[in-house]
Amino acid sequence: MADQDTGAPVAPAAPKPPWEEKPVPATPQDAREHPQVRELAEHVADAILEAVEFAGQITVTVSLERLVEACRACKDRLGYGYLVDLTAVDWKDRAEGRFDIVYWLHRHAGEQRLRLKVRVAEGAEAPTVTTVWKTANWMEREVFDMFGVYFAGHPNLERILTWEGFNGHPLRKDFPIEGIDTGAAIYPDVYPPGGGPVSGGEEGA
Amino acid sequence: MTERAPVHLSADSEEMEISFGPQHPATHGVLRVMVKIDGERIVETKPVIGYLHRGTEKIFERETYNGCIPHTDRMDYTAAATNNQGLVGAVEKMMGITIPPRAAYIRMMLAELQRIASHTIWLGTHALDIGAQSPFFYTFEEREKILDLYEEYCGARLTLNAMRVGGQPFDLPAGWTDRCRAFIDQLPAKIADWERLLTKNRIWKLRTVGIGVMSGADAIEWGLTGPPLRGSGVKWDVRKVFPYDHYEEMEFDIPIGTNGDTYDRYLVRMEEMRQSVRIVRQCLDRLPDGPVMAKVPKVIKPPKGEAYFSVEGPKGELGYYVVSDGTDKPYRLHVRPACFINLQALPELVRGHLIADLIAVIGTLDIVLGEIDR
Repeated sequence: MADQDTGAPVAPAAPKPPWEEKPVPATPQDAREHPQVRELAEHVADAILEAVEFAGQITVTVSLERLVEACRACKDRLGYGYLVDLTAVDWKDRAEGRFDIVYWLHRHAGEQRLRLKVRVAEGAEAPTVTTVWKTANWMEREVFDMFGVYFAGHPNLERILTWEGFNGHPLRKDFPIEGIDTGAAIYPDVYPPGGGPVSGGEEGA
Repeated sequence: MTERAPVHLSADSEEMEISFGPQHPATHGVLRVMVKIDGERIVETKPVIGYLHRGTEKIFERETYNGCIPHTDRMDYTAAATNNQGLVGAVEKMMGITIPPRAAYIRMMLAELQRIASHTIWLGTHALDIGAQSPFFYTFEEREKILDLYEEYCGARLTLNAMRVGGQPFDLPAGWTDRCRAFIDQLPAKIADWERLLTKNRIWKLRTVGIGVMSGADAIEWGLTGPPLRGSGVKWDVRKVFPYDHYEEMEFDIPIGTNGDTYDRYLVRMEEMRQSVRIVRQCLDRLPDGPVMAKVPKVIKPPKGEAYFSVEGPKGELGYYVVSDGTDKPYRLHVRPACFINLQALPELVRGHLIADLIAVIGTLDIVLGEIDR
Protein backbone atom coordinates (compact mmCIF):
# COMPACT_ATOMS: atom_id res chain seq x y z
CA MET A 1 0.00 0.00 0.00
CA ALA A 2 2.85 2.38 0.82
CA ASP A 3 4.23 2.59 -2.67
CA GLN A 4 0.92 3.81 -4.06
CA ASP A 5 1.78 7.32 -2.97
CA THR A 6 5.40 7.49 -4.02
CA GLY A 7 4.53 9.26 -7.23
CA ALA A 8 6.61 6.89 -9.32
CA PRO A 9 5.65 6.97 -13.00
CA VAL A 10 3.10 4.32 -13.79
CA ALA A 11 4.46 1.83 -16.30
CA PRO A 12 2.19 1.26 -19.30
CA ALA A 13 0.16 -1.87 -18.88
CA ALA A 14 2.07 -4.78 -20.34
CA PRO A 15 0.11 -7.03 -22.68
CA LYS A 16 -1.50 -9.78 -20.68
CA PRO A 17 -0.05 -13.27 -21.05
CA PRO A 18 -2.24 -15.60 -23.10
CA TRP A 19 -3.44 -17.55 -20.06
CA GLU A 20 -5.02 -14.43 -18.61
CA GLU A 21 -6.81 -13.51 -21.81
CA LYS A 22 -10.26 -14.78 -22.59
CA PRO A 23 -9.70 -17.93 -24.66
CA VAL A 24 -10.65 -17.76 -28.32
CA PRO A 25 -12.42 -20.99 -29.25
CA ALA A 26 -11.65 -22.78 -32.48
CA THR A 27 -13.91 -22.05 -35.43
CA PRO A 28 -14.58 -24.25 -38.45
CA GLN A 29 -13.25 -23.12 -41.82
CA ASP A 30 -13.63 -24.44 -45.31
CA ALA A 31 -10.51 -26.41 -46.22
CA ARG A 32 -11.08 -27.35 -49.86
CA GLU A 33 -8.00 -25.36 -50.80
CA HIS A 34 -5.79 -26.89 -48.12
CA PRO A 35 -2.79 -28.71 -49.66
CA GLN A 36 -3.65 -31.98 -47.92
CA VAL A 37 -7.16 -31.89 -49.36
CA ARG A 38 -6.02 -30.83 -52.81
CA GLU A 39 -3.61 -33.72 -53.15
CA LEU A 40 -6.36 -36.11 -52.13
CA ALA A 41 -8.66 -34.45 -54.68
CA GLU A 42 -6.14 -35.22 -57.39
CA HIS A 43 -6.90 -38.89 -56.89
CA VAL A 44 -10.53 -39.01 -55.83
CA ALA A 45 -11.90 -35.57 -56.68
CA ASP A 46 -15.58 -36.45 -56.99
CA ALA A 47 -15.59 -38.52 -53.80
CA ILE A 48 -15.01 -35.49 -51.59
CA LEU A 49 -18.25 -34.09 -50.25
CA GLU A 50 -16.93 -31.61 -47.74
CA ALA A 51 -13.64 -30.45 -46.24
CA VAL A 52 -13.45 -28.56 -42.97
CA GLU A 53 -10.56 -27.31 -40.88
CA PHE A 54 -11.20 -27.05 -37.16
CA ALA A 55 -8.64 -26.59 -34.39
CA GLY A 56 -5.87 -27.13 -36.92
CA GLN A 57 -7.22 -30.51 -38.04
CA ILE A 58 -8.60 -31.33 -41.47
CA THR A 59 -11.76 -33.37 -41.83
CA VAL A 60 -12.69 -34.63 -45.27
CA THR A 61 -16.11 -36.17 -45.73
CA VAL A 62 -16.09 -38.69 -48.55
CA SER A 63 -18.93 -40.59 -50.13
CA LEU A 64 -19.57 -44.07 -48.80
CA GLU A 65 -19.24 -45.74 -52.20
CA ARG A 66 -15.77 -44.32 -52.79
CA LEU A 67 -14.46 -44.82 -49.25
CA VAL A 68 -12.13 -47.76 -49.88
CA GLU A 69 -10.81 -46.09 -52.99
CA ALA A 70 -10.10 -42.91 -51.02
CA CYS A 71 -8.39 -44.91 -48.25
CA ARG A 72 -6.29 -46.79 -50.80
CA ALA A 73 -5.23 -43.51 -52.39
CA CYS A 74 -4.35 -42.13 -48.97
CA LYS A 75 -2.24 -45.11 -48.07
CA ASP A 76 -0.59 -46.07 -51.34
CA ARG A 77 -0.21 -42.74 -53.08
CA LEU A 78 -0.15 -40.18 -50.29
CA GLY A 79 1.73 -42.19 -47.69
CA TYR A 80 -0.79 -42.33 -44.85
CA GLY A 81 0.54 -45.66 -43.65
CA TYR A 82 -0.63 -45.47 -40.07
CA LEU A 83 -4.32 -45.62 -39.21
CA VAL A 84 -4.37 -43.96 -35.82
CA ASP A 85 -7.98 -44.43 -34.95
CA LEU A 86 -11.31 -45.53 -36.31
CA THR A 87 -14.50 -44.76 -34.50
CA ALA A 88 -18.09 -43.71 -34.99
CA VAL A 89 -20.45 -40.99 -33.84
CA ASP A 90 -24.19 -41.44 -33.58
CA TRP A 91 -26.23 -38.48 -34.87
CA LYS A 92 -29.55 -40.01 -34.06
CA ASP A 93 -31.99 -38.01 -36.13
CA ARG A 94 -29.77 -36.79 -38.92
CA ALA A 95 -31.33 -37.01 -42.35
CA GLU A 96 -28.11 -37.73 -44.30
CA GLY A 97 -27.39 -40.93 -42.40
CA ARG A 98 -27.33 -41.70 -38.74
CA PHE A 99 -23.67 -42.59 -38.18
CA ASP A 100 -20.38 -40.93 -38.93
CA ILE A 101 -17.51 -43.37 -39.26
CA VAL A 102 -14.32 -41.47 -38.58
CA TYR A 103 -10.86 -42.50 -39.81
CA TRP A 104 -7.85 -40.68 -38.44
CA LEU A 105 -4.77 -41.13 -40.59
CA HIS A 106 -1.15 -40.28 -40.09
CA ARG A 107 1.77 -40.14 -42.44
CA HIS A 108 5.30 -40.23 -41.21
CA ALA A 109 6.68 -38.13 -44.05
CA GLY A 110 5.99 -34.61 -42.83
CA GLU A 111 4.13 -35.94 -39.76
CA GLN A 112 0.70 -34.87 -40.97
CA ARG A 113 -2.71 -36.12 -40.05
CA LEU A 114 -5.97 -36.27 -41.94
CA ARG A 115 -9.44 -37.24 -40.84
CA LEU A 116 -11.75 -39.02 -43.23
CA LYS A 117 -15.39 -39.35 -42.52
CA VAL A 118 -18.28 -41.21 -44.09
CA ARG A 119 -21.96 -41.06 -43.32
CA VAL A 120 -23.74 -44.36 -42.93
CA ALA A 121 -27.48 -44.72 -42.63
CA GLU A 122 -28.95 -47.02 -40.02
CA GLY A 123 -29.05 -50.56 -41.39
CA ALA A 124 -26.64 -49.74 -44.22
CA GLU A 125 -23.22 -51.32 -44.41
CA ALA A 126 -19.88 -49.59 -44.53
CA PRO A 127 -17.10 -51.23 -46.51
CA THR A 128 -14.28 -52.61 -44.42
CA VAL A 129 -10.85 -51.01 -44.58
CA THR A 130 -9.09 -54.02 -43.05
CA THR A 131 -7.88 -54.67 -46.58
CA VAL A 132 -6.06 -51.34 -46.45
CA TRP A 133 -4.77 -51.25 -42.88
CA LYS A 134 -4.60 -54.46 -40.85
CA THR A 135 -5.02 -52.52 -37.63
CA ALA A 136 -8.60 -51.61 -38.60
CA ASN A 137 -9.73 -55.10 -37.65
CA TRP A 138 -10.41 -54.63 -33.94
CA MET A 139 -11.41 -51.01 -34.38
CA GLU A 140 -14.19 -52.00 -36.77
CA ARG A 141 -15.25 -54.76 -34.43
CA GLU A 142 -15.52 -52.21 -31.65
CA VAL A 143 -17.63 -49.90 -33.82
CA PHE A 144 -19.86 -52.84 -34.75
CA ASP A 145 -20.21 -53.82 -31.11
CA MET A 146 -20.86 -50.33 -29.80
CA PHE A 147 -22.91 -48.86 -32.66
CA GLY A 148 -24.23 -51.80 -34.65
CA VAL A 149 -22.69 -50.65 -37.91
CA TYR A 150 -21.89 -53.58 -40.19
CA PHE A 151 -18.67 -53.64 -42.14
CA ALA A 152 -19.02 -55.50 -45.40
CA GLY A 153 -16.09 -57.81 -46.05
CA HIS A 154 -14.70 -57.79 -42.53
CA PRO A 155 -12.90 -61.08 -41.84
CA ASN A 156 -14.27 -61.62 -38.35
CA LEU A 157 -17.04 -59.20 -37.42
CA GLU A 158 -17.82 -60.30 -33.87
CA ARG A 159 -18.58 -58.38 -30.75
CA ILE A 160 -15.42 -57.47 -28.93
CA LEU A 161 -16.13 -55.63 -25.69
CA THR A 162 -19.54 -57.01 -24.86
CA TRP A 163 -20.34 -60.68 -25.15
CA GLU A 164 -21.83 -62.71 -27.93
CA GLY A 165 -25.57 -62.56 -27.47
CA PHE A 166 -25.60 -59.14 -25.85
CA ASN A 167 -28.70 -57.27 -26.85
CA GLY A 168 -28.21 -53.77 -28.22
CA HIS A 169 -25.36 -51.43 -29.02
CA PRO A 170 -24.35 -49.40 -25.98
CA LEU A 171 -22.97 -46.25 -27.58
CA ARG A 172 -26.08 -45.55 -29.60
CA LYS A 173 -27.80 -42.49 -28.27
CA ASP A 174 -31.06 -44.38 -27.70
CA PHE A 175 -29.37 -47.01 -25.52
CA PRO A 176 -30.26 -46.14 -21.90
CA ILE A 177 -27.29 -45.12 -19.79
CA GLU A 178 -28.50 -47.17 -16.83
CA GLY A 179 -28.21 -50.25 -19.02
CA ILE A 180 -30.70 -52.76 -20.21
CA ASP A 181 -32.17 -55.78 -18.55
CA THR A 182 -29.51 -58.32 -19.27
CA GLY A 183 -30.19 -60.35 -16.13
CA ALA A 184 -33.60 -61.57 -17.15
CA ALA A 185 -32.42 -62.27 -20.68
CA ILE A 186 -29.74 -64.66 -19.48
CA TYR A 187 -31.28 -66.10 -16.32
CA PRO A 188 -35.04 -66.07 -16.96
CA ASP A 189 -35.68 -68.44 -14.05
CA VAL A 190 -33.82 -66.22 -11.58
CA TYR A 191 -34.95 -62.74 -12.55
CA PRO A 192 -38.46 -61.61 -13.47
CA PRO A 193 -38.79 -59.79 -16.79
CA GLY A 194 -37.37 -56.31 -16.35
CA GLY A 195 -35.83 -57.26 -13.02
CA GLY A 196 -32.20 -58.05 -13.74
CA PRO A 197 -29.40 -56.65 -11.62
CA VAL A 198 -28.74 -53.94 -14.18
CA SER A 199 -32.19 -52.45 -14.19
CA GLY A 200 -32.85 -51.77 -10.59
CA GLY A 201 -32.22 -54.55 -8.14
CA GLU A 202 -32.92 -58.22 -7.74
CA GLU A 203 -36.36 -57.67 -6.29
CA GLY A 204 -37.50 -56.38 -9.62
CA ALA A 205 -38.31 -52.91 -10.78
CA MET B 1 -16.17 -66.70 -27.73
CA THR B 2 -19.15 -68.87 -28.45
CA GLU B 3 -17.13 -72.01 -27.75
CA ARG B 4 -17.47 -72.75 -24.10
CA ALA B 5 -15.54 -75.99 -23.82
CA PRO B 6 -11.99 -75.15 -22.76
CA VAL B 7 -10.24 -78.14 -24.29
CA HIS B 8 -10.75 -79.79 -27.65
CA LEU B 9 -8.84 -82.93 -28.43
CA SER B 10 -9.06 -84.72 -31.71
CA ALA B 11 -7.70 -88.14 -32.38
CA ASP B 12 -5.66 -87.49 -35.49
CA SER B 13 -3.59 -84.51 -34.39
CA GLU B 14 -1.74 -83.16 -31.44
CA GLU B 15 -3.59 -79.87 -31.75
CA MET B 16 -5.46 -78.75 -28.73
CA GLU B 17 -7.26 -75.56 -27.85
CA ILE B 18 -6.90 -74.24 -24.34
CA SER B 19 -8.36 -71.25 -22.63
CA PHE B 20 -5.69 -69.16 -20.96
CA GLY B 21 -7.11 -66.74 -18.45
CA PRO B 22 -9.08 -64.66 -17.65
CA GLN B 23 -8.10 -65.43 -14.08
CA HIS B 24 -4.51 -66.31 -14.74
CA PRO B 25 -2.04 -64.02 -12.93
CA ALA B 26 0.29 -63.85 -15.93
CA THR B 27 -2.41 -62.26 -18.07
CA HIS B 28 -2.04 -58.98 -16.17
CA GLY B 29 -5.67 -58.64 -15.33
CA VAL B 30 -8.59 -60.24 -17.06
CA LEU B 31 -7.19 -61.06 -20.46
CA ARG B 32 -8.35 -64.37 -21.87
CA VAL B 33 -6.43 -65.93 -24.72
CA MET B 34 -7.78 -68.89 -26.63
CA VAL B 35 -4.62 -70.70 -27.64
CA LYS B 36 -4.46 -73.45 -30.20
CA ILE B 37 -1.33 -75.44 -29.54
CA ASP B 38 0.38 -78.34 -31.19
CA GLY B 39 2.36 -79.86 -28.38
CA GLU B 40 4.12 -76.84 -26.91
CA ARG B 41 3.99 -74.80 -30.13
CA ILE B 42 1.42 -72.10 -30.59
CA VAL B 43 -0.57 -72.50 -33.78
CA GLU B 44 -3.05 -69.70 -33.33
CA THR B 45 -4.13 -67.37 -30.57
CA LYS B 46 -7.25 -65.36 -30.16
CA PRO B 47 -7.40 -62.74 -27.42
CA VAL B 48 -10.83 -62.45 -25.84
CA ILE B 49 -11.36 -59.14 -24.11
CA GLY B 50 -14.16 -57.15 -22.55
CA TYR B 51 -14.22 -58.64 -19.05
CA LEU B 52 -13.51 -55.21 -17.59
CA HIS B 53 -15.78 -53.23 -19.90
CA ARG B 54 -17.51 -50.53 -17.88
CA GLY B 55 -18.91 -48.39 -20.66
CA THR B 56 -16.54 -45.52 -19.91
CA GLU B 57 -17.25 -43.81 -23.21
CA LYS B 58 -20.98 -43.96 -22.48
CA ILE B 59 -20.42 -42.54 -18.99
CA PHE B 60 -18.40 -39.66 -20.51
CA GLU B 61 -21.52 -38.54 -22.34
CA ARG B 62 -23.39 -37.76 -19.16
CA GLU B 63 -20.52 -36.04 -17.32
CA THR B 64 -19.25 -32.50 -17.62
CA TYR B 65 -15.80 -32.19 -19.13
CA ASN B 66 -14.04 -31.85 -15.80
CA GLY B 67 -16.28 -34.62 -14.49
CA CYS B 68 -14.84 -36.95 -17.11
CA ILE B 69 -11.33 -36.66 -15.69
CA PRO B 70 -11.79 -39.10 -12.77
CA HIS B 71 -13.13 -41.67 -15.23
CA THR B 72 -9.98 -41.40 -17.32
CA ASP B 73 -7.96 -42.32 -14.20
CA ARG B 74 -9.67 -45.67 -14.18
CA MET B 75 -8.80 -46.65 -17.72
CA ASP B 76 -5.07 -47.21 -17.53
CA TYR B 77 -4.96 -47.32 -13.76
CA THR B 78 -1.18 -47.57 -13.74
CA ALA B 79 -0.83 -44.27 -15.62
CA ALA B 80 -3.55 -41.90 -14.50
CA ALA B 81 -1.53 -38.72 -15.05
CA THR B 82 -1.04 -39.25 -18.78
CA ASN B 83 -4.70 -40.21 -19.12
CA ASN B 84 -5.69 -36.90 -17.54
CA GLN B 85 -3.22 -35.03 -19.71
CA GLY B 86 -4.79 -36.27 -22.94
CA LEU B 87 -8.33 -35.33 -22.04
CA VAL B 88 -7.61 -31.85 -20.74
CA GLY B 89 -5.34 -31.24 -23.74
CA ALA B 90 -8.14 -32.10 -26.15
CA VAL B 91 -10.62 -29.75 -24.51
CA GLU B 92 -8.04 -26.97 -24.25
CA LYS B 93 -7.29 -27.36 -27.93
CA MET B 94 -10.92 -26.87 -28.87
CA MET B 95 -11.43 -23.94 -26.55
CA GLY B 96 -8.17 -22.24 -27.49
CA ILE B 97 -6.87 -22.16 -23.93
CA THR B 98 -3.16 -21.57 -23.31
CA ILE B 99 -2.18 -22.91 -19.92
CA PRO B 100 0.37 -21.07 -17.77
CA PRO B 101 3.92 -22.38 -18.12
CA ARG B 102 4.11 -23.46 -14.50
CA ALA B 103 1.06 -25.65 -15.00
CA ALA B 104 2.60 -27.17 -18.13
CA TYR B 105 5.80 -27.94 -16.26
CA ILE B 106 3.90 -29.57 -13.40
CA ARG B 107 2.01 -31.64 -15.95
CA MET B 108 5.20 -32.77 -17.60
CA MET B 109 6.71 -33.77 -14.27
CA LEU B 110 3.63 -35.73 -13.27
CA ALA B 111 3.52 -37.41 -16.68
CA GLU B 112 7.18 -38.39 -16.69
CA LEU B 113 7.05 -39.69 -13.12
CA GLN B 114 4.02 -41.66 -14.25
CA ARG B 115 5.97 -43.11 -17.14
CA ILE B 116 8.63 -44.27 -14.70
CA ALA B 117 6.00 -45.68 -12.34
CA SER B 118 4.28 -47.52 -15.18
CA HIS B 119 7.54 -48.93 -16.47
CA THR B 120 8.50 -50.13 -12.99
CA ILE B 121 5.28 -52.14 -12.85
CA TRP B 122 5.97 -53.46 -16.32
CA LEU B 123 9.51 -54.48 -15.42
CA GLY B 124 8.59 -56.07 -12.12
CA THR B 125 5.69 -58.11 -13.46
CA HIS B 126 7.32 -58.95 -16.79
CA ALA B 127 10.42 -60.29 -15.04
CA LEU B 128 8.27 -62.11 -12.49
CA ASP B 129 6.31 -63.79 -15.29
CA ILE B 130 9.48 -65.02 -16.92
CA GLY B 131 10.83 -66.30 -13.64
CA ALA B 132 13.05 -63.55 -12.23
CA GLN B 133 11.49 -62.77 -8.90
CA SER B 134 13.78 -60.24 -7.35
CA PRO B 135 13.35 -57.24 -9.71
CA PHE B 136 9.71 -57.07 -8.66
CA PHE B 137 10.62 -56.12 -5.09
CA TYR B 138 13.17 -53.52 -6.14
CA THR B 139 11.00 -51.85 -8.78
CA PHE B 140 7.97 -51.64 -6.54
CA GLU B 141 10.04 -49.91 -3.89
CA GLU B 142 10.80 -47.09 -6.33
CA ARG B 143 7.21 -46.99 -7.51
CA GLU B 144 6.07 -46.46 -3.93
CA LYS B 145 8.26 -43.36 -3.74
CA ILE B 146 6.59 -41.94 -6.85
CA LEU B 147 3.17 -42.68 -5.41
CA ASP B 148 4.22 -40.84 -2.25
CA LEU B 149 5.10 -37.81 -4.36
CA TYR B 150 1.67 -38.01 -6.01
CA GLU B 151 -0.05 -38.36 -2.69
CA GLU B 152 1.67 -35.26 -1.46
CA TYR B 153 0.65 -33.34 -4.56
CA CYS B 154 -2.98 -34.31 -5.00
CA GLY B 155 -3.90 -36.65 -2.17
CA ALA B 156 -4.30 -39.70 -4.38
CA ARG B 157 -1.81 -42.38 -5.24
CA LEU B 158 -3.33 -44.13 -8.22
CA THR B 159 -6.49 -42.40 -9.42
CA LEU B 160 -4.93 -38.98 -9.41
CA ASN B 161 -7.55 -36.70 -10.95
CA ALA B 162 -4.63 -34.27 -10.98
CA MET B 163 -5.39 -32.02 -13.95
CA ARG B 164 -8.16 -29.66 -14.93
CA VAL B 165 -9.16 -27.97 -18.13
CA GLY B 166 -7.08 -24.78 -18.11
CA GLY B 167 -4.25 -25.83 -15.85
CA GLN B 168 -3.55 -27.53 -12.58
CA PRO B 169 -5.89 -27.59 -9.58
CA PHE B 170 -3.09 -27.04 -7.05
CA ASP B 171 0.36 -25.58 -6.92
CA LEU B 172 3.19 -27.79 -5.74
CA PRO B 173 3.31 -28.12 -1.94
CA ALA B 174 6.30 -26.66 -0.11
CA GLY B 175 9.35 -28.89 -0.31
CA TRP B 176 7.89 -31.09 -3.07
CA THR B 177 10.52 -30.12 -5.62
CA ASP B 178 13.31 -31.03 -3.18
CA ARG B 179 11.83 -34.42 -2.46
CA CYS B 180 11.22 -34.99 -6.16
CA ARG B 181 14.82 -34.07 -6.92
CA ALA B 182 16.09 -36.37 -4.19
CA PHE B 183 14.05 -39.18 -5.73
CA ILE B 184 15.23 -38.71 -9.31
CA ASP B 185 18.84 -38.24 -8.18
CA GLN B 186 18.94 -41.71 -6.66
CA LEU B 187 16.88 -43.40 -9.40
CA PRO B 188 19.53 -43.86 -12.14
CA ALA B 189 21.62 -45.96 -9.76
CA LYS B 190 18.58 -48.13 -9.07
CA ILE B 191 17.86 -48.54 -12.79
CA ALA B 192 21.48 -49.62 -13.20
CA ASP B 193 20.94 -52.18 -10.44
CA TRP B 194 17.89 -53.59 -12.20
CA GLU B 195 19.83 -53.77 -15.43
CA ARG B 196 22.63 -55.61 -13.66
CA LEU B 197 20.10 -58.24 -12.70
CA LEU B 198 18.76 -58.72 -16.21
CA THR B 199 20.51 -57.18 -19.21
CA LYS B 200 23.33 -59.69 -19.42
CA ASN B 201 21.57 -62.46 -17.57
CA ARG B 202 21.76 -65.61 -19.67
CA ILE B 203 18.31 -66.88 -18.71
CA TRP B 204 16.75 -63.50 -19.34
CA LYS B 205 18.31 -63.33 -22.80
CA LEU B 206 17.25 -66.88 -23.62
CA ARG B 207 13.70 -65.98 -22.74
CA THR B 208 13.56 -62.65 -24.57
CA VAL B 209 15.99 -62.47 -27.49
CA GLY B 210 14.26 -63.35 -30.75
CA ILE B 211 10.86 -63.74 -29.08
CA GLY B 212 7.89 -61.85 -30.52
CA VAL B 213 9.71 -60.25 -33.42
CA MET B 214 8.01 -57.59 -35.49
CA SER B 215 9.54 -55.46 -38.21
CA GLY B 216 9.14 -51.70 -38.24
CA ALA B 217 6.91 -51.75 -41.33
CA ASP B 218 4.64 -54.37 -39.79
CA ALA B 219 4.51 -52.42 -36.54
CA ILE B 220 3.18 -49.39 -38.42
CA GLU B 221 0.74 -51.56 -40.36
CA TRP B 222 -0.61 -52.98 -37.10
CA GLY B 223 -0.80 -49.50 -35.59
CA LEU B 224 1.63 -50.25 -32.77
CA THR B 225 2.79 -47.26 -30.78
CA GLY B 226 4.99 -46.63 -27.81
CA PRO B 227 7.80 -49.01 -26.86
CA PRO B 228 6.54 -51.85 -29.13
CA LEU B 229 6.89 -49.51 -32.12
CA ARG B 230 10.23 -48.09 -31.03
CA GLY B 231 11.58 -51.53 -30.19
CA SER B 232 11.04 -52.35 -33.86
CA GLY B 233 13.34 -49.51 -34.80
CA VAL B 234 10.85 -46.78 -35.69
CA LYS B 235 11.94 -43.51 -34.12
CA TRP B 236 8.55 -42.03 -33.43
CA ASP B 237 7.25 -40.41 -30.29
CA VAL B 238 4.23 -38.12 -29.93
CA ARG B 239 6.23 -35.91 -27.57
CA LYS B 240 8.62 -35.10 -30.42
CA VAL B 241 6.21 -35.19 -33.36
CA PHE B 242 3.35 -33.15 -31.89
CA PRO B 243 4.85 -31.57 -28.77
CA TYR B 244 2.26 -30.68 -26.15
CA ASP B 245 2.67 -28.81 -22.88
CA HIS B 246 6.29 -27.68 -23.20
CA TYR B 247 8.01 -30.81 -24.47
CA GLU B 248 9.54 -28.79 -27.28
CA GLU B 249 11.75 -27.12 -24.66
CA MET B 250 12.97 -30.40 -23.23
CA GLU B 251 16.07 -32.25 -24.31
CA PHE B 252 15.59 -35.97 -24.46
CA ASP B 253 16.36 -38.84 -26.80
CA ILE B 254 14.04 -41.45 -28.23
CA PRO B 255 15.60 -44.87 -27.67
CA ILE B 256 14.96 -47.41 -30.40
CA GLY B 257 15.68 -51.09 -30.83
CA THR B 258 17.05 -52.91 -33.84
CA ASN B 259 15.56 -56.40 -33.87
CA GLY B 260 12.01 -55.67 -32.70
CA ASP B 261 12.04 -58.52 -30.20
CA THR B 262 11.13 -58.74 -26.55
CA TYR B 263 14.68 -58.00 -25.49
CA ASP B 264 14.80 -54.78 -27.53
CA ARG B 265 11.51 -53.61 -26.10
CA TYR B 266 13.00 -54.24 -22.68
CA LEU B 267 16.06 -52.12 -23.53
CA VAL B 268 13.86 -49.35 -24.94
CA ARG B 269 11.76 -49.11 -21.80
CA MET B 270 14.82 -49.13 -19.54
CA GLU B 271 16.29 -46.24 -21.50
CA GLU B 272 12.95 -44.42 -21.50
CA MET B 273 13.06 -44.36 -17.72
CA ARG B 274 16.45 -42.64 -17.85
CA GLN B 275 15.13 -40.14 -20.39
CA SER B 276 12.14 -39.45 -18.14
CA VAL B 277 14.56 -38.74 -15.31
CA ARG B 278 16.28 -36.27 -17.61
CA ILE B 279 13.02 -34.52 -18.40
CA VAL B 280 11.95 -34.30 -14.76
CA ARG B 281 15.33 -32.86 -13.86
CA GLN B 282 15.06 -30.21 -16.56
CA CYS B 283 11.55 -29.35 -15.36
CA LEU B 284 12.81 -28.92 -11.79
CA ASP B 285 15.75 -26.79 -12.94
CA ARG B 286 13.63 -24.44 -15.00
CA LEU B 287 10.32 -24.54 -13.14
CA PRO B 288 8.76 -21.13 -13.82
CA ASP B 289 6.85 -19.11 -11.24
CA GLY B 290 3.37 -17.82 -11.73
CA PRO B 291 -0.19 -19.04 -11.69
CA VAL B 292 -1.12 -22.66 -12.34
CA MET B 293 -4.58 -22.01 -13.74
CA ALA B 294 -5.51 -20.07 -16.85
CA LYS B 295 -8.52 -17.82 -17.02
CA VAL B 296 -11.23 -20.22 -18.08
CA PRO B 297 -15.00 -19.86 -18.09
CA LYS B 298 -16.84 -21.24 -15.06
CA VAL B 299 -18.66 -23.70 -17.28
CA ILE B 300 -16.46 -25.56 -19.74
CA LYS B 301 -18.26 -25.45 -23.07
CA PRO B 302 -16.08 -26.24 -26.06
CA PRO B 303 -17.39 -24.90 -29.37
CA LYS B 304 -19.34 -27.12 -31.69
CA GLY B 305 -16.89 -29.29 -33.55
CA GLU B 306 -14.46 -32.13 -33.16
CA ALA B 307 -10.83 -32.43 -32.20
CA TYR B 308 -8.34 -35.18 -31.61
CA PHE B 309 -5.50 -34.82 -29.19
CA SER B 310 -2.96 -37.42 -28.31
CA VAL B 311 -0.21 -37.79 -25.76
CA GLU B 312 2.62 -40.27 -25.48
CA GLY B 313 1.44 -42.47 -22.68
CA PRO B 314 3.74 -45.07 -21.14
CA LYS B 315 2.04 -47.72 -23.29
CA GLY B 316 1.89 -45.78 -26.55
CA GLU B 317 -0.16 -43.12 -28.26
CA LEU B 318 -3.16 -42.32 -26.12
CA GLY B 319 -5.63 -40.24 -28.09
CA TYR B 320 -8.83 -38.48 -27.18
CA TYR B 321 -11.39 -37.68 -29.85
CA VAL B 322 -13.86 -35.11 -28.58
CA VAL B 323 -17.06 -34.28 -30.43
CA SER B 324 -18.81 -31.29 -28.91
CA ASP B 325 -22.30 -30.08 -29.67
CA GLY B 326 -21.61 -26.81 -27.84
CA THR B 327 -23.03 -27.91 -24.49
CA ASP B 328 -21.20 -28.58 -21.26
CA LYS B 329 -21.13 -32.33 -21.82
CA PRO B 330 -19.28 -34.16 -24.58
CA TYR B 331 -21.54 -35.42 -27.35
CA ARG B 332 -19.05 -38.18 -27.96
CA LEU B 333 -15.71 -38.78 -26.32
CA HIS B 334 -13.70 -41.59 -27.79
CA VAL B 335 -10.41 -42.86 -26.46
CA ARG B 336 -7.76 -44.39 -28.64
CA PRO B 337 -6.40 -46.94 -26.22
CA ALA B 338 -2.79 -47.79 -26.98
CA CYS B 339 -2.98 -51.18 -25.26
CA PHE B 340 -6.07 -52.25 -27.21
CA ILE B 341 -4.33 -51.72 -30.50
CA ASN B 342 -1.00 -53.13 -29.34
CA LEU B 343 -2.73 -56.28 -28.08
CA GLN B 344 -4.26 -56.82 -31.50
CA ALA B 345 -0.82 -57.80 -32.77
CA LEU B 346 -0.46 -60.58 -30.16
CA PRO B 347 -1.39 -63.45 -32.55
CA GLU B 348 1.22 -62.18 -35.00
CA LEU B 349 3.89 -61.94 -32.33
CA VAL B 350 3.47 -65.38 -30.79
CA ARG B 351 2.70 -67.54 -33.82
CA GLY B 352 5.06 -70.50 -33.87
CA HIS B 353 6.55 -69.79 -30.47
CA LEU B 354 6.34 -71.99 -27.40
CA ILE B 355 3.49 -71.50 -25.00
CA ALA B 356 5.87 -70.18 -22.36
CA ASP B 357 6.78 -67.39 -24.76
CA LEU B 358 3.16 -66.27 -24.82
CA ILE B 359 3.71 -65.13 -21.23
CA ALA B 360 6.81 -63.21 -22.24
CA VAL B 361 5.00 -61.50 -25.13
CA ILE B 362 1.98 -60.53 -23.05
CA GLY B 363 4.42 -59.02 -20.58
CA THR B 364 6.37 -57.16 -23.21
CA LEU B 365 3.26 -55.59 -24.71
CA ASP B 366 2.66 -54.05 -21.27
CA ILE B 367 -1.10 -54.21 -21.44
CA VAL B 368 -3.56 -52.88 -18.91
CA LEU B 369 -7.01 -54.36 -19.29
CA GLY B 370 -8.68 -51.33 -17.76
CA GLU B 371 -7.65 -49.38 -20.82
CA ILE B 372 -8.32 -52.14 -23.33
CA ASP B 373 -11.86 -52.78 -22.15
CA ARG B 374 -12.70 -49.27 -20.93
